[in-house]
Amino acid sequence: MTDLSANSAPATRHGASLLKQNARTRRRNRAEARFRAYGIAAIAVGLAMLLVLVFNIVSKGVGAYSQTFVTLEVELSESKLDKKGNRDIEEIKKVSTFGYAPLINNAFAAAVKEGGLETRLKPKDQAGILSKSAPAQLRDYVIANPDKIGETVSFRFLANSRVDGYLKGRVTRDSIANDKSISAEQLDFVDQLAAAGILKKTFNPDFVLGSDASDQRPESAGIGVSMVGSLFMMLVVLALSLPIGVAASIYLEEFAPKNWITDIIEVNISNLAAVPSIVFGILGLAVFINYMHLPMSAPLVGGLVLTLMTLPTIIISTRASLKAVPPSIRDAALGVGASKMQAVFHHVLPLAAPGILTGTIIGLAQALGETAPLLLIGMVGFIASNPPDSLAAGLLSPNSAMPAQIYEWAKRADPAFYERAWGGIIILLVFLVTMNTLAVILRRRFERRW
Amino acid sequence: MSFVKLSASALAIAAVSATAAAARDQVQVAGSSTVLPYASIVAEAFGENFDFPTPVVESGGSSAGLKRFCEGVGENTIDVANASRKIKDKEIAVCAENGVTDIIEVRIGYDGIVFASDIDGNTYEFTPADWFLALSDKIVVDGALVDNPNKTWADVNASFPATDIQAFIPGTKHGTREVFEEKVILAGCEETGAFEAFKAANGDDKKAAEKACIALRTDGVSVDIDGDYTETLARIESNKNGIGVFGLAFYENNTDKLQVATMSGVVPSTESIATGEYPVSRPLYFYVKKAHIGVIPGLKEYAEFFIADEIAGPDGPLAEYGLVADPELAKTQEAVAEEKVLGGNS
Repeated sequence: MTDLSANSAPATRHGASLLKQNARTRRRNRAEARFRAYGIAAIAVGLAMLLVLVFNIVSKGVGAYSQTFVTLEVELSESKLDKKGNRDIEEIKKVSTFGYAPLINNAFAAAVKEGGLETRLKPKDQAGILSKSAPAQLRDYVIANPDKIGETVSFRFLANSRVDGYLKGRVTRDSIANDKSISAEQLDFVDQLAAAGILKKTFNPDFVLGSDASDQRPESAGIGVSMVGSLFMMLVVLALSLPIGVAASIYLEEFAPKNWITDIIEVNISNLAAVPSIVFGILGLAVFINYMHLPMSAPLVGGLVLTLMTLPTIIISTRASLKAVPPSIRDAALGVGASKMQAVFHHVLPLAAPGILTGTIIGLAQALGETAPLLLIGMVGFIASNPPDSLAAGLLSPNSAMPAQIYEWAKRADPAFYERAWGGIIILLVFLVTMNTLAVILRRRFERRW
Repeated sequence: MSFVKLSASALAIAAVSATAAAARDQVQVAGSSTVLPYASIVAEAFGENFDFPTPVVESGGSSAGLKRFCEGVGENTIDVANASRKIKDKEIAVCAENGVTDIIEVRIGYDGIVFASDIDGNTYEFTPADWFLALSDKIVVDGALVDNPNKTWADVNASFPATDIQAFIPGTKHGTREVFEEKVILAGCEETGAFEAFKAANGDDKKAAEKACIALRTDGVSVDIDGDYTETLARIESNKNGIGVFGLAFYENNTDKLQVATMSGVVPSTESIATGEYPVSRPLYFYVKKAHIGVIPGLKEYAEFFIADEIAGPDGPLAEYGLVADPELAKTQEAVAEEKVLGGNS
């Protein structure tokens, strides 16, 4: 390079021209081309993996959003449900879900007769293609509408997971050869019902809105209630970690003297950000449940634990965005007579806000997908609660969270749960992508560069 | 504790005093992952048929569940521990130390443990002796105790194919492991005569001989699975020669991927387990803290509902899912109604 200044025509001196490359230049250019190719290859590999992942998730999970339903006319016979005929709700409640099964058997017998279907199955085996949730659905309806007893009402029942799998191609006549819960005759019957229009596969809103179900009825399991659980946890995380995180970082960045104490605090915050999340779970169990006696499996505790996990992320990103505000702004504010606090709150903080919001949203997204700390505070398991009816219930009554629910489904025996786990992942990913996009948009629109 | 943590806890305390810790009104259950499906079926039906909220059922293994159960009495501890084995004296002692003295033991029925391989893999007809020879740390060859030299199933039993031995067995935190050791490995140990050799080597100490019998080889042939059966299933799907240990109910839900091996010539089914023909089965339990009855609403009702005839009986939903109904269910129902505790006159 020094040749350039020493000689006005270095190319000629080396016997090369700008038009003709010498060997060394060619080598350098080739190296650069190779490097670019590596970079493109790396991006391609990354993109390919993402595509494979998304393709896998969508193809495996999309099945969870449609479900097989059977529409039946059920006679709510008075002799079974309200023997005395006085419509006393307490007496109607005494008939357990097991008492409703015969009604469904009768409904099948009637449907077969009416539709002129030919099957050798007994009504009990015909009803075997229905979900175990069907009697519970009937009972709920009767308790809510006791005046309908004695009438014939049309119901849309879920078919059980094997039948649903048959319509989705997961279950075949070969694969059920050793299966005790369904027979080939029942599948024939399913074909007949489908031809008669009684049995249909349609979109299933209950997967998005409903609650978890036991191992025997994967078809009625939904992710809705755990979504609400996640929402309440995020509320707690936001309400606690944003003010604490911002206050801590403003103090550390703008007011705190630089001495060994603040140094230690700084190092510890960075350390906390690297602590595995399960550690916060153990801490939550020890402090919030065993010491402070907060209820187990409650989103409040989950939110507190995740707050601890999110705080360092928020503090670090907040401090970074405070640091990015040029000192001249502070100096100008102080110069016209503003107090230090006025300088911070009127000038520095508004300029740092987009960065703080971005960091908070990314911290929340991280917390939303966290499962490990929830294991220890009882939020992973069979938690089939109804959607909470108040803020306090939402915070304190037991609930799960989306990633915990997905983990729980992936462990269960029935393959139908596996499909639901993938379906749940789709929803979780939609949430995460939305949050991250929001963070990007906020940064693009409001961030100022100096 | 850093400033951050301190301020977080301070705010948490403020949050709590504001919401005034509400009393827990749902039953809290944890324990065996084998009992989990049954418990969740019962919990769901309980929530549907009673005015109490649906109990929360967690898993994590019998030992983990009993450990949490024995942590003490109070709303922040669980009410019911599910277990796929009986509670140990050691655990009862730990319980007592922490103030958990009155424990009600409830046997819900029996569960079979099956050995299954991939549906496209080899078919096996095992005896306990085969498993002992395949997995034990030391076996008897020509009258002497040597490190287990068997590499393939053909080494174990000439009628088996010459594929590498690869077994996926439950980890030590599972109650299933103990049943496997006791009913299969120990039985095989006695069957092959190795028990006598171990006894002689340990100076006639029966306990030490038993312990030596169930010591499994650690050269990677047998893999401990600490997760759930789904993990075992995934291992077998990726390794067609592998053989896994499953619960009967899990196998019955995955008959399209697994084929079951016979044990001593008997095919496992709820029927063959109920009659006692199929040798590898064990009772399932749950344990209730008596001190919590009357404090946690619905606890006693849950316990009674669990073992009601319409639930745990031979025609109930639990039997349908794979539980072998307990012929002495009536006795258990009576004991629960009377709240008979362990160590009492039961």
